[in-house]
Amino acid sequence: MSTDIQSPRSGKVSGGKIAPQYRRGAGSKGNFEMFAWLFMRLSGVVLVVLIFGHLFVNLMVGEGIHGIDFGFVAGKWADPFWQFWDLAMLWLAMLHGTNGVRTIINDYAEKDATRLWLKVVLYAATVVIVVLGTLVIFTFNPCPVANGVQLPGGFCPAP
Amino acid sequence: MPTKPAGTLYRGREGMWSWVGHRITGVVIFFFLLVHVLDTSLVRVSPEAYTAVIGAYKNPLMALGETGLVAAIVFHAFNGLRVIAIDFWKKGAKYQRQLLWTVLVLWLVVFGAFAIRHLSLALGGH
Repeated sequence: MSTDIQSPRSGKVSGGKIAPQYRRGAGSKGNFEMFAWLFMRLSGVVLVVLIFGHLFVNLMVGEGIHGIDFGFVAGKWADPFWQFWDLAMLWLAMLHGTNGVRTIINDYAEKDATRLWLKVVLYAATVVIVVLGTLVIFTFNPCPVANGVQLPGGFCPAP
Repeated sequence: MPTKPAGTLYRGREGMWSWVGHRITGVVIFFFLLVHVLDTSLVRVSPEAYTAVIGAYKNPLMALGETGLVAAIVFHAFNGLRVIAIDFWKKGAKYQRQLLWTVLVLWLVVFGAFAIRHLSLALGGH
């Protein structure tokens, strides 16, 4: 004789016991909030490594902040390792931060219209920053040219 | 409609204040992140534009601001790991107070080391 043990809160177990408004999985939002919660924790762990590494390499080593200029950025992005590092940091930090601010808006903005517009502004800013940052990382040119003239301060191959 | 809430859900002590600190530091970091992506984007405008804006980060007043920002980042990072421990470790919720004190000790050590190094680089000898 075998008995099937249902997982808690599954349809068969909770069918009659949990009031419909508290039942999970049937809402219009699906599992979005659960994935958002999980994403905050997963991205958070990765961001600790990425940002601590970023701060250490840029500010603690060598002459620290005085070493940062166009050449420093050019040197880092000549290496796909740092391009990928910064890309991952950009995307994860922006999504993590956007979801955090979304939570705060939901908590404190009481009117539906206020919540909506604050989130429209938030998401617009997020899209602009993520797209801009991604383009900058991948279209970076160590030897920028304007009107056929090399801009001063660039790193250009010897003619 | 009551004009004032009848009571409060905020229960004070370590749990609430760490949550308040996490929110405030999170918002501060987010707004800096927006600015930081914009200033870094100047590398696509010209080397001189980037060098000019980075020059602003090198003045002593900004060095204090950067130190404050890193204080916020280090707290948010360690307290975030505490939140993960509370959520996923069986005894996390029971020891959340002790975890917060661990966070604060780690914060002091890591932030202290950063502040000494960054301020002596930023304020000294240039």
